[in-house]
This record gives sequence, C-alpha cells and structure tokens, in this order.
Amino acid sequence: MEMTYIKAINSALMEEMRRDENVFMMGEDVGELGGAFKATEGLLEAFGEERVIDTPISEALIVGAGIGAAVLGMRPIVEMQFADFISCAFDQIVNMAATTRYRHGGRAECPLVVRAPSGAGIHGALFHSQNPEAWFTRVPGLKVVAPATVYDAKGLLKAAIRDNNPVIYFEHKRLYRSIKEDLPDADFTVPIGAAEIRKEGTDLSLITYGGTLGQSLDAAKIVEKEDGLAVEVLDLRTLLPLDRDAILATARKTGKVLVVHEDRLTGGIGGEVAAIISEHAFEFLDGPVRRLCALDTHVAFSPPLEEAILPNTNKIVDAIRSLAAY
Amino acid sequence: MPQAEGARVQPETAARVEYELQLYYWMKLIRAFEDRVSRLHRQNKIMGGVYSGAGQEAICTGICAPLKDGDFVAPLHRDLGVFLVRGCDPARLMAQLMGKETGLSRGKDSFLHGGDMEHLIFGSTSMLGSSLPVAVGAALKFRMKREKNIAVAFFGEGASSRGDVHEAMNFAGVQKLPVLFVCENNRYAYSTPLEKQMAIDDVADRAEAYGFKGHVVSGNDLLAVLEVSERVIAHVRAGEGPALIECKTYRYRGHSEHDAALYRDQEELLEWQTRDPIPQYELFLEKKGHDLKHIREQIDERTHRVVQEAVDFAEQSPLPKPEEALEDLYAPNSGAVSKAK
Ligand SMILES: Cc1ncc(C[n+]2csc(CCOP(=O)(O)OP(=O)(O)O)c2C)c(N)n1
Repeated sequence: MEMTYIKAINSALMEEMRRDENVFMMGEDVGELGGAFKATEGLLEAFGEERVIDTPISEALIVGAGIGAAVLGMRPIVEMQFADFISCAFDQIVNMAATTRYRHGGRAECPLVVRAPSGAGIHGALFHSQNPEAWFTRVPGLKVVAPATVYDAKGLLKAAIRDNNPVIYFEHKRLYRSIKEDLPDADFTVPIGAAEIRKEGTDLSLITYGGTLGQSLDAAKIVEKEDGLAVEVLDLRTLLPLDRDAILATARKTGKVLVVHEDRLTGGIGGEVAAIISEHAFEFLDGPVRRLCALDTHVAFSPPLEEAILPNTNKIVDAIRSLAAY
Repeated sequence: MPQAEGARVQPETAARVEYELQLYYWMKLIRAFEDRVSRLHRQNKIMGGVYSGAGQEAICTGICAPLKDGDFVAPLHRDLGVFLVRGCDPARLMAQLMGKETGLSRGKDSFLHGGDMEHLIFGSTSMLGSSLPVAVGAALKFRMKREKNIAVAFFGEGASSRGDVHEAMNFAGVQKLPVLFVCENNRYAYSTPLEKQMAIDDVADRAEAYGFKGHVVSGNDLLAVLEVSERVIAHVRAGEGPALIECKTYRYRGHSEHDAALYRDQEELLEWQTRDPIPQYELFLEKKGHDLKHIREQIDERTHRVVQEAVDFAEQSPLPKPEEALEDLYAPNSGAVSKAK
C-alpha cells in the first residue's frame, strides 16, 4: 500500500499495539488529538484510554513512567512532542533508562521506545528544529535509530518496539508528508544496527542518515549526470550502534568519504564516522574524510539564515565536487 | 510524639505477636548491618559512597512490613533497610557493597544502586528524585494489568525540591494510580537544613495540591509509622489513588561516611537519639509482657550471625573480571516476546 512516512509510523504503531497487548503509547496530546503531527491518529479509538495515554507536560515523567512499566514487562512507546523537548527528559534517558540493565547486573530489561520528531527545514526556529541525536549516541545501553525512508520508518519502529532495550527513534518532521512509498502489506522489520547502501558507486562514498538522505541522493544524481561521478550513498539508519562494517566497506571501496548530516558539525555523528575510517581504513583513503553538516550555530528562524545554516542539495553537490577533485 | 493506638489494639493472635517480633528483628538487623557497613568502610573494605540510615530504621520497616509479594519498591540512597525487609539476600547485598561479582549489580554500580528485580526492588541512580516517575510507571502497569499490587517510592525531603518529584506526583494524582510516596524527612539535605530547602513545614502539605492525601508521622516510632502505613497502603491497594506519607526523622551519621556533619548542633543529635526507634519499640514489647532481655539476646545473636555470614560470603566472593566491564549493557533480543502477563 502506498503511504507517507507519517502514515508508516502510524501503521507500525497500530500493528504493534494489535500484535502485543503490552505495547502502549504515552505522551502529550497523543490521544484525542492524535499527536501534534497525527502520528497517533486513530489509536485512541482503536485501543482506548488505558493504552493511549494523554499526559501532562512532563517529559521526565513520561520517560520515567515508561521505564517503570518497561522493567515490569510492558513495552511502552513514549512520544516527545518535539525532539527539542527531549532535553527535559535527558536524565531519565541517559541515567535511568540507559543504565537500568547495567546497574541491575544484567537482571533487568527496559524495552522502551522514545519517539522524537526531529529536524529542521520547516521554519521551526531554535526550539522546533533540533537534531539532538548526538547527545545520545555516546550513551551505552541505548540504541538510536533515524529512518530516512518510508519503509524504514515502519520497519525500524517495529524493530524498536520489539527490542528489549531502550531505543530512541528520531523521526524527521520534514519527511512526514514529503515522501511516499509502496509498502508490503505483510509484517516486516528493519534490523537495528544495519546500514543500507542506497546507491552503488565507485568514485566517492557519501555517508548520511535521516533528513539528508533525499538531498544526498539528489546530489549524487546531479554529479552523475553533469560530472560523470559514481557516488555510493550509504544510509546509516542506526546511529547507535553504528554499522562499522558497512562504513569501512564503502570507505575501502571508494577511498573518498563525505559525511552529510543535518545535525551540527562539532560533536556530530560525522566526527565518529570519520574517526572510525581513519583508524581502520587509513591506507585505503585517497583524500581527507570531509563533513557537510549544519553550521555550528542554532537553527535560526528567518529563511536566509535557516538556508545558510542547513545542508541542502546544492551544498552537497559542491562538497562532492570538491572532494572528487582532491 | 504521636501515639499509635491503632496498632496497639490489634487482636492478640499468635500471628500478630510473631509479626511484631519480626519487626523488631528487622530494625535490629538493619542497625547491625549498617553498623558493620560503617566499620567495613573505615577498614577500606567497602569503598565509595556509603550513606547510613541509622536512626531511620522504623521507616523502612514500618512502610515495607505491610507490603505484599509483587509490590514494587524504589528505595532511596539511604534505604538499605528496604532491601533487607523486602527479602533481598543479605549476603548478596553485602557483596554488592564490596563490588563483588556476586553482588546485585555484579560490581557495576556502588552501594544501593544495584537493584534486585527478583524482589522488585528497583535500583536508584544517583539523581535524587528520579525514581519517582519510574515508580509511577510501575503503578501504571499494575493498573493496566488489573493487578492488586502497589508501587512505593522513597525520597528525602531534599529530593522533594526536584521537578521529577512534582511531575510524578501530579501525574499519579491525575491518573489516581496505586502508588505510595514516602518522604523521609531527616531535616538535612547533606548540610542544608530544612529552612533553606522549603518555605513550608511539612512536605506532606504538597499532596493536597496533587489531589491526594498527605500524612505526617513520627518516623522514629515504628508503631506510629505502621498505624499509618497499614491503613494508607490498604487504601492505595484498593484503588483509591496515591498517597504521601512524610516521616519526620533524623540521620545519626553524616550525610555519607566521609562527612563529619560539623554543620549540625551536637545537642540536636543527642536530643534525637533519645527518640531512637529501637528502644522505643523495646518499651512496647516489654509492656506487652515479653521477656525483653531474652528476646534481645536471641535477636542480637541472630542478626550478628546473618551479618557475619553476609560479610564472609562477600569477602570470599570473587571480584568481577576486567572484561565484564562491557557486559550487561544490552539485553539480548530473544524474539520479541513481551514479559508482562
Ligand atoms: C539531582 C542530585 N543533585 C545532587 C545530588 C548530591 N546529593 C546526594 S545526597 C544529597 C542530599 C539529599 O538529601 P535528601 O534528599 O533529604 O536525602 P538524605 O540524604 O537526607 O537522606 C545531595 C545534595 C544528587 N545525588 N542528585
């Protein structure tokens, strides 16, 4: 069935709640309203108030209560209305959820999903545009995923719900209604921890995820046509744990790597990817690992500022050409 | 000192007498265990932060005694007693404090952060107050699954200033969840006295603002704690919504074993020590006609033995192997089965 990214999220929630009665949903305005973006539309009608819980504006409580239910065998999915507000639940995620199993000597499980609508490009300004994934990707005990396609939006959410560990699921707001895909009717999941080659190529590798996959593929097409460059595009899909094998395989294959993400440059995932490559594939490289990311500032509101700050297809094309010429 | 007539006029069944002696044993065991822990800390056999609950034994005992199997507890950093009363093996608890492989967290975290989920004792992080939302989530599960269990979250008056505490109580009130909040008000958060922590006298007053009842009780009087806890726990269990019990108490030792607590008035400490929960309870036992001397001897012998066995077990237990540092981070995914029945 053809559906949008947001519909894929919605149908994953529906199907998983139907499949397993221990799955439930909790967050601000997730019930009657169906969520600020309609990701939870129809859930209240289908499953009732006890499994689709409208909460007060209490992010720490939302995540903390999710943890309490999860350690008793439930599978809560909690929603941050915007990923920006995940900072209010930071302690519950990084200290409470992530360490639960470790502090209990391996005798506790915390199967919790935190859904976080992230990303810029919708004139959301400083506090509705953030990509906070890198705050979490260095926290052992968590898993972090960031689907870039409709198929992955559904498959990764299902995998996250079925995972026995806390998973942060970053869904990109700009993709919600801008991409569509025909999905199989049968049940499927996308494995957590596995990157995916979106386009094969031999001249240069472009490693990306989430909101910048589409722009990266567009840019790859442009340079293929205009410059005859065969760019390989690797979609990370999971940010913790990173698929090191896939990263190293493409780096070794092409010898040139550009990392693109919408999150800021400094301290972003790109730095970790570059470090993995320079540590383990140094002798295969024909140039520096380059990064094209948001500028090191806040995501400003006014269109010329926002445009200057965020990566886009043209900027990616330029970065590919510059690295190819190195 | 509030009187606890309720508990005193219970029918004199043999079971009740046995229960009352068991309560005495628990308080004595907690005191003996913690005394030994303080000593082991001075001997460098227990490293890291050690937070004694000496003086507060009546709270752990009086709150946990009426609990049932399947109830969830989230103790605070000073609640070693909660572990003992809820059935955690003293030997594994001692091994936990010594960082041994056989400890609750297998050497991963210190002191009381290692929980014992077999007995539904949830290990705390160091972030004070953050266990309250978790306990609320446990209560949510009990309600969703129509289980007659309750969740209990312990916190200090210091922690009560944290936002997590407010968020947890507010939501518990909105949802009328089976959760009991227990504030152990020992008058100091580390060095900071009550007056600098809050502008009201009783943390319990806040409960009303969340739509449920707050109760104030002397935390040094086991019978007073029990009188309130038995009644309130029955209400919470019956689905009447959350409750808050504030137990007024005093910690005897410093904030941690490293703290000489010079910021406190020595007289204040001595004054509180005259209200020690253990002799108070002994007086009650004596009044009931027990041969206290005999009972005390028996129980001292028993607690000494249990503590010594725990120390022996812990000392003989191996330390974890270095490579275990990377274990227990992630649960395996054995095919997406949900655990809750
Ligand atoms: C969020 C947080 N801030 C600071 C600390 C450091 N700290 C540990 S215990 C403590 C005092 C706690 O007082 P209270 O909650 O009343 O419990 P008590 O130690 O008196 O039993 C402080 C400030 C902490 N553990 N967590």
